[in-house]
Amino acid sequence: MSDLRNVSSNPHIRSKMTTSNIMLLVVIALLPATCFGIYNFGIDALILVLVTVASTVLTEYLYEKLMHKKITVGDFSAVVTGLLLALNLPSSAPWWIGVVGGVFAILVVKMLFGGLGQNFMNPALGARCFLLISFTSIMTNFDCDTYSGATPLAALKSGESVNVMDMIIGRTAGTIGETSMIAIVTGACILILTGVIDLKIPGAYIVSFVIFIVLFGGRGFDSAYISAQLAGGGLMLGAFFMATDYVTRPITKNGQYLFGIFLGIMTGIFRLFGPSAEGVSYAIILGNLLVPLIEKITLPKAFGKGGERA
Amino acid sequence: MNKAAERLYNGIIKENPTFVLMLGMCPTLAVTTSAINGLGMGLTTAVVLTLSNMIISLLRNVIPDKVRIPAFIVIIASFVTMMQMLLQAYLPFLYDALGIYIPLIVVNCIILGRAESYASKNPVIPSMFDGIGMGLGFSLALTCIGAVRELLGAGDLFGFHVLPTADHPWMIGGSSISFYTPASIFVLAPGAFFVLAFLTALQNRVKRNGEKKGRDMSKIQSGCSHDCLSCGETGCEHRFYDTQGADAPVGKVPAKEQKAAEKNAEAKEKEEQ
Repeated sequence: MSDLRNVSSNPHIRSKMTTSNIMLLVVIALLPATCFGIYNFGIDALILVLVTVASTVLTEYLYEKLMHKKITVGDFSAVVTGLLLALNLPSSAPWWIGVVGGVFAILVVKMLFGGLGQNFMNPALGARCFLLISFTSIMTNFDCDTYSGATPLAALKSGESVNVMDMIIGRTAGTIGETSMIAIVTGACILILTGVIDLKIPGAYIVSFVIFIVLFGGRGFDSAYISAQLAGGGLMLGAFFMATDYVTRPITKNGQYLFGIFLGIMTGIFRLFGPSAEGVSYAIILGNLLVPLIEKITLPKAFGKGGERA
Repeated sequence: MNKAAERLYNGIIKENPTFVLMLGMCPTLAVTTSAINGLGMGLTTAVVLTLSNMIISLLRNVIPDKVRIPAFIVIIASFVTMMQMLLQAYLPFLYDALGIYIPLIVVNCIILGRAESYASKNPVIPSMFDGIGMGLGFSLALTCIGAVRELLGAGDLFGFHVLPTADHPWMIGGSSISFYTPASIFVLAPGAFFVLAFLTALQNRVKRNGEKKGRDMSKIQSGCSHDCLSCGETGCEHRFYDTQGADAPVGKVPAKEQKAAEKNAEAKEKEEQ
């Protein structure tokens, strides 16, 4: 009988992956992009990253302390949010942008809806869009010591030519974490190899985006143009790190494909036909809002329901 | 507490149309980009509400039940037209700022709601005070929302430059200070939702604290029309009393009103026969 000591109600299959482990892996996977951003943009970027992460963690701690809730800072989700938000800020932004964004992400987007697992929108992206609408001139000012002038996507939009190799390595203007495709893909490989994310959403996202660009970009199958569109802006960061957020992605398999395709098409529409050069954040936020509907129409049939009668 | 003061207190605090009843959201969200606009919209609505409540209360025994909504709308629309012309003549800056939202006061659900749930079943004087109370409550709420949005979104308050922005820095001893960067999202549509939600939460918090201290925070009844199906008083203690049979707390219904209800029922039965 002693063997039955541990029998309890389901779930019976358990994984050693806890929330903190997963979040820690995401932080590790984001480190290449962060380090490259700091190397690329200098000490300003480091300060901004530290301030943003500190403000998200502190906001979560203070809110839970004041509301007499369980302190969940130890699950590293606030660190991930802070890091993602910081990677989405231009390095020239003043320090208080990080604080305002961090407080908004945690307080309004995450905690007021019930904390981790309850938020309907990616907190980092919600805060980025809040900042982008509120402080447009600060958030779109990519001038810094190393680079000046337009981001590659803006240059591409106005018909100028860009150096694709520089974009893949990351030696271009942009937000702290989005410039280097190599660093982001390295991080994404860590996540895929450890099983934290799979390729369903990023794959569907990138493939549908490429198809959209080929069809409507006006340049046909121009490989330089396509790779510039892929390497430029926040597409890689968004596809691998934000669209795959456990809380705000669909849980059904077909739903994830549908979600990825929706994001690809929306990003294409925003980039090609919208007034600004970039549209990844708005696309993912719109996708987040549609997740309940996507899950509803892709709900798998329960065993024994439906099908032909024998 | 006498009836007039009770109606004012009810409209401004207990049943504040914006923060408690959540009525009239369209002008609340659309015109509160500044405190002045909010105040102007609120006061315009208050005037229309007071006058329409008085007229509807005067005509409450004349208007047939079946066409009451069109009748209310005609009365309200007349007053709105008057207000629109007055604003256009004497306050053109406000008229331009509020734009389409002045004619839309006709379909403001606060006005129709008060006509339906209060003015059509109460005498003139309380109806008038109900209109004033609700109108002031609406003005107060809109001014608060407008003030917060204007302050955060532009650094101004009632058109005065309050916070030191880059365009209007503080000059102290010859040096200019400008530490505030306006967050323009607050003068755009999303800001209206943020501010409304936060102010409503704040108001609920204050109310809950009041309840903890033992103050009575329940709504004040606004009279009985004996038609529970179309009645909005969810907190009414004799709601659906006629469907509860013998257990109904009939004794709590005022004797006069109950008699009237019984008479109505008898008349209906006779008609059916």
